[in-house]
Amino acid sequence: MKKIIVFAVMVSALFLFTACSKGSGEKVYVYNWGEYIDPEVFELFEEETGIEVVDDYFESNEEMYPKIKAGAVQYDVVCPSDYMIQKMIDEDLLAEINFDNVPNLKNIDTSYLKSSETFDPGNKFSVPYCWGTLGILYNKTMVDEPIDSWSAIFDEKYSGNILMIDSVRDAFGITLSYLGYDMNTTNETELDEAKALLQEQYPLVQAYVVDQVRDKMIGEEAALGVIYSGEAIYTKRENENLEYVVPKEGSNVWIDAWVIPKNCRNKENAEAFINFICDGEIALKNFEYITYSTPNSIARDMIEDEDIKNSQVAFPPQEVLDRCTTFRYLGEDFEAMYNNKWNEVKTE
Amino acid sequence: MVKKFVERSYIALILIFLYAPIGILIVLSFNASKSRAKWGGFTFHWYQELFHNEAIMSALTTTLIIALSSAFIATVLGTAAAIAMNGMNKTPRTILMSITNIPMLNADIVTGISLMLVFVALKFTLGFTSVLLSHITFNIPYVILSVMPKLRQLNPHTFEAAQDLGASPLYAFFKVILPDIFPGVLSGFFLAFTMSLDDFVITHFTKGPEINTLSTKIYTEVRKGIKPEIYALSTIMFITVLLLLVLINRRGTEKKVPLRKV
Amino acid sequence: MNVLNKLTRHTENSERSLQNTHVNNVKWLSFPYIIWMSGFILVPLVLIIFYGLTNKENGFTFDNITLISDPINRQALFLALKLSLFSTAICLLLAYPLAIILNKTKMKSNSFIVLILILPMWMNFLLRTIAWQNILEKKGVINNILAFFHLPALNIINTPTAIILGMVYNFLPFMVLPIYNVLIKIDKDVVNAARDLGANNRQTFMKIIFPLSLPGVISGITMVFVPSLTTFVISTILGGSKIILIGNVIEQQFRLGNWHTGSGLSLVLMIFILFSMAILSKYDKESEGSNLW
Repeated sequence: MKKIIVFAVMVSALFLFTACSKGSGEKVYVYNWGEYIDPEVFELFEEETGIEVVDDYFESNEEMYPKIKAGAVQYDVVCPSDYMIQKMIDEDLLAEINFDNVPNLKNIDTSYLKSSETFDPGNKFSVPYCWGTLGILYNKTMVDEPIDSWSAIFDEKYSGNILMIDSVRDAFGITLSYLGYDMNTTNETELDEAKALLQEQYPLVQAYVVDQVRDKMIGEEAALGVIYSGEAIYTKRENENLEYVVPKEGSNVWIDAWVIPKNCRNKENAEAFINFICDGEIALKNFEYITYSTPNSIARDMIEDEDIKNSQVAFPPQEVLDRCTTFRYLGEDFEAMYNNKWNEVKTE
Repeated sequence: MVKKFVERSYIALILIFLYAPIGILIVLSFNASKSRAKWGGFTFHWYQELFHNEAIMSALTTTLIIALSSAFIATVLGTAAAIAMNGMNKTPRTILMSITNIPMLNADIVTGISLMLVFVALKFTLGFTSVLLSHITFNIPYVILSVMPKLRQLNPHTFEAAQDLGASPLYAFFKVILPDIFPGVLSGFFLAFTMSLDDFVITHFTKGPEINTLSTKIYTEVRKGIKPEIYALSTIMFITVLLLLVLINRRGTEKKVPLRKV
Repeated sequence: MNVLNKLTRHTENSERSLQNTHVNNVKWLSFPYIIWMSGFILVPLVLIIFYGLTNKENGFTFDNITLISDPINRQALFLALKLSLFSTAICLLLAYPLAIILNKTKMKSNSFIVLILILPMWMNFLLRTIAWQNILEKKGVINNILAFFHLPALNIINTPTAIILGMVYNFLPFMVLPIYNVLIKIDKDVVNAARDLGANNRQTFMKIIFPLSLPGVISGITMVFVPSLTTFVISTILGGSKIILIGNVIEQQFRLGNWHTGSGLSLVLMIFILFSMAILSKYDKESEGSNLW
């Protein structure tokens, strides 16, 4: 008996010691979407710079924002979407990036920098990471007509076979564009109409998901799922019955970009990280892992698989982009209005 | 005879209910397909991958470090407290026992949130230490409740006698009291260890970005699909404990689990 | 998870004779614990009350508390209450006969039974729940078996039924163990005496065994009811975010950074639990008086 306790004391002490002694070096705290970067990229970064990466994940912009704002955890690099970056700039939460430390910015296609100006005028605070559209992923064997409209996800025929996106702006955005309204509307009557439609949709929905849509569509749990275009290549690789479409009514085009919060721990490390990500070969490696469209022109040129390089899903043609809109930050009051209406939808 | 058959079948059904999901997880650890929803053939691949997966291995280490050290510290604090409380008058003791009862009766989510509020209010960075402190906190009651009954059975005169014979209180404690209450201390330790290992909610609210325990690691993976390495690791852990239990049972050592008391 | 030790509550709370008064000089041993518990149990509770009763500008308000009457929150609370009552009842119905049978089998080692019931805990709680997703899904294990026999498919994933199942599965051992622990302690002579006095099986059960097992039943109810009422993990994994329970609401409030609202709702939940416990303990004659709740 005594031996056991002596052993337990020794083991605990040893563990405590190793736990405390580790981690004195340089670190960079990265706050990113789940499964949105190749873990090997972190390893390569650590090898090259000696800076250790501490990674943490969020599932929605709305979940990320309060953490940065509260500052209980200080992150160095964060990857929000367009409208959220606009909000964070408005609220003075972001630091201006010193682009002398990010020479690889030249690899980013200028057209993306230009579209970034809609939420980050002058490109002072952000560096584009990935972009894409929002659309419907459907299983060819489970639908009996070609899907080209948002009407499918409101169709009773597919009751129990629909995976709806569990993200307030996305859910309202697609409903509004189906109804022919602006995705950034601040008109309450239009919003109420969208809410009513979403409430009608509730009984038809199998589950409200964001990241889980991937696994469920691969497993053929549902016929239709609302999904980001970046998941389309991956899911098709795993199950070739799946097809991605941007509905004809129009949809959302988004850009996720790296930003540095004002309360970061180490700005230079953050910039070194952003610079590393913008390296052509790293961006290519990363693209092959996450399959989200890259704004990095060097990386895109280096893609070997011709099908992917010319993929209409990963790099949609202009005519598709023409019918897509970017979300804008609508201010605190409208944000609250959207949130309340979304909660009402989900508690039928 | 029929009655016996019905009874046996009932036990069997409940056991199937309890163990079927575990069987499924074990099967998944041998699934060649990365997707949970598809069977892609039999493989040992994930077991090899497991040891190269730094994120999972570090989550495992963190989990074990936290479980071991929180159980250990809770055992020391809890045993000391139990001994002291045993010697107290009724009123202070009832008050202390009631406070001890709070984390047990409260919802995990409330306990986790309230601890987080304290750490944030103290400007304490959420991370390894905050999780460890929280685990110690919810582990101490298990230890106290395991040690208390043993103390009640103790013959107080032996302690007195030892001191009369010239032993220092400390020496007397280690020679006289501790051996008698040791089964209770040990089971408190194991119970605390198991609870710490299985906790998700409290860790979820009190952890920072630097660390992941297995539970929180799994939670982040639930969304994009669990990595099969996790199934492999859980299978190894489960089988290890199963074998240990069978072994202990074979030896016939009646391990006193505090779940049944005199 | 921290429910397991509620199992022992009953034996703990029953007062025994105090024979150890002269170990008084070891009182100081409790100081570290008292300091610890004030810091990590009492202060956190005070903070949650503080946050719950203030707004973002630190002004006093009851708004966070009254928010429970908002239709969304009220519905989440009622649904949680409904599902947890169902799962508690099902657990009781399944556990009581099991405990009786286990008591009869006279296993050579009681701890073996306990271990068999606790062993699943070594497979992570989240993983066990995810496994149920695999079992219940449209293309899951059960439906594959049904399809093999050309039977109609079972569609219960993402419904309240799936959540109840998940609750029953995760918390059933916490109902079985306390009942079993009480049953094995019932003096066989009492039962035999009843028989000798002419009581039939039914009468023996109703008049002797059941009343004596009541403390275990109440312990079990507490230990199943509280975690079921407050869970957010089971409802997320098996409910497909379609079914929102009070635990989900509170977790979401904290996730979205509304700490004051979240604390206010937690406070309501806490009071609700205490209230239920108070009602329950009325039936719990054994530990009357010695139990805070």
